[in-house]
Amino acid sequence: MSRIHNTFTKLDESKRTALIPCLVAGDPDLETTLEAARELAERGADILELIVPFSDPMADGPTIQAASQRALAGGVNLKAILDAVTELRQQIELPIVMMTYLNPVFRMGMSEFGRQAKKAGVDGVILPELPVEEAPPWSRVAEDAGLDTIFLASPTSGPERLAEICKASTGFVYAVTLTGTTGARESLPEELIQNLTRLRMMSPKPVAAGFGISGPEAVRRLAPHADGLIIGSALVKMMEEGSKNEKIRRLGEAVTELKAAIEMA
Amino acid sequence: MEQPKIGYFGKYGGRFVPEMLMPALLELEAAYNEAKAKPEFWKELDEYLRNYVGRPTPLYKAAKLAASLAGGDNGNNYPRIYLKREDLAHTGAHKINNTMGQVLLAKYMGKKEIIAETGAGQHGVATATAAALFGMSCRVYMGAKDIERQQPNVKRMQLLGAEVIPVNQGSETLKDAINEALRDWVTTIRQTYYVMGSVVGPHPYPSMVRDFQSVIGREARTQILEQEGRLPDTLVACVGGGSNAMGLFAPFLDTEVNLVGVEAAGEGLITGHHSATLAEGVDGVLHGAFSLILQDEHGQVLEAHSVAPGLDYPGVGPEHASLHALERAKYFYVTDDEALNAVITLSRTEGIIPALESAHAVAYALKILPELPSSHCMIINLSGRGDKDLNIITSQLEGRL
Repeated sequence: MSRIHNTFTKLDESKRTALIPCLVAGDPDLETTLEAARELAERGADILELIVPFSDPMADGPTIQAASQRALAGGVNLKAILDAVTELRQQIELPIVMMTYLNPVFRMGMSEFGRQAKKAGVDGVILPELPVEEAPPWSRVAEDAGLDTIFLASPTSGPERLAEICKASTGFVYAVTLTGTTGARESLPEELIQNLTRLRMMSPKPVAAGFGISGPEAVRRLAPHADGLIIGSALVKMMEEGSKNEKIRRLGEAVTELKAAIEMA
Repeated sequence: MEQPKIGYFGKYGGRFVPEMLMPALLELEAAYNEAKAKPEFWKELDEYLRNYVGRPTPLYKAAKLAASLAGGDNGNNYPRIYLKREDLAHTGAHKINNTMGQVLLAKYMGKKEIIAETGAGQHGVATATAAALFGMSCRVYMGAKDIERQQPNVKRMQLLGAEVIPVNQGSETLKDAINEALRDWVTTIRQTYYVMGSVVGPHPYPSMVRDFQSVIGREARTQILEQEGRLPDTLVACVGGGSNAMGLFAPFLDTEVNLVGVEAAGEGLITGHHSATLAEGVDGVLHGAFSLILQDEHGQVLEAHSVAPGLDYPGVGPEHASLHALERAKYFYVTDDEALNAVITLSRTEGIIPALESAHAVAYALKILPELPSSHCMIINLSGRGDKDLNIITSQLEGRL
């Protein structure tokens, strides 16, 4: 069974919700990303999500756009990120999920990417521009490589689409909380908890909620209703300013608070 | 079980968008298919195209242009060059054909809010125009660099009641405006209609925009038969995203007519400052479609360049990528300088100031005409007029005017 599966099974036994923090790989360099990843692991992250920066991130809000620009300005690329994951895999045990736009994957070649990602120690892949209609070629590659697939479910997806999304996802289902781009929000939609409950009832796989989750308060409110919570922009924001040590310290404090909130929920 | 592939042209096309957009794309596809089958939809659109847009646009025989090129040593026996005068359509370019169709469709769908992206501003103006006519609110995303170089169009959009939203990301041009419009759409999807301006983006846009622009080719086909009694040998159109070219080409795909698309070579392909996606692009996904893209070796999208803001785009419509692969259409490129020279030539031989985008098609014709037999018959799509470009043209041609 996959590392992602094992993680959720273990958490489920103790009735806990997975904390899934995100980093933009290479923001502002891979050395910082590796240190930040180790910090997140030490502070209780259950799964780590690494975002591959892309020149045209259409599903992302200003925070992740800016982080992607910083990373690209530093010269990072998919190959270098996979090399960094290889190094990270020697140091941390938790599952690593990679989120990437499609073009860098097509450029490397989908099968080649699948093999390289698996070899590096990636456990699952999120391709945010890949709806289930276009998924079959990727699903075959992922299966052959031994990678988990993770598809997005949206508040606008009807029951039939949700069923297809649950069926196609082997790792977990990524429940997008709102209609919009990534980025911390002051409040989340009213119907969110109802949507999550409905999705969890129909999904044989764990359901992790992401987009807009801003901090401990949102985490406390949502944790009982999801198998995992994905925190992106709110943490990526910690990497915006200051020295490397300041960034890592801010990130560590923020994730510690989130961990406490998820445990208390 | 694998579903049949919907929305593809050969291996190009598809729908590569976040799940949040998929239900809206499926709704749009269903609404378009329904409207397409309704004679009253086409009747209503046709009335607007005739009485509001000013269609059919003329097919004008540019005899002076042909004579100026032929060297004058073969009497009056020059190749026949026709200009399809889309510059004479309301708002000054072919873009209105598409926006009238899409905004009418939005009305049929009960939408009240329109969003669009724009590069040169022509699509923005055409969208703002249709939105004003149908009483809908309109937001147009436009790159900050384009806002600066296409001020007249910005003012026109504002006068028409549209909100022009500057985009400061990336290259601050069309590509970034599309990203931002898509982000708006993801957020406001329940109430908004996104009017895509070219034959790019996820299915059904490439097919739908082509269908609405095909009025250009249908008219041209009828008009050339009236004037020449036969089909032309060659069609020439500029290609950025490729909507005016697809609109001209589509009704001729079942013929033997040569189809020529002309891309922007900018400062020259070798400089890297160009927009020649079919010449230099590699397969990939941008803005929801699998097509050719200008990109680096790691799959990051490159910034395009052209003196013509409407051609300044690192992608191209998937149907063009397919016609290119099949060699059914041939694609060439001309530089900024060649396009600027074509502006002068057409202005001074025919008294027609072309848009910088359309000047690329004219420039290609100027290059090959001296070698063509006098029996040759060519239609150039004059996709827009040059008023919007006066600032660029005068600053680029300083001292030559």
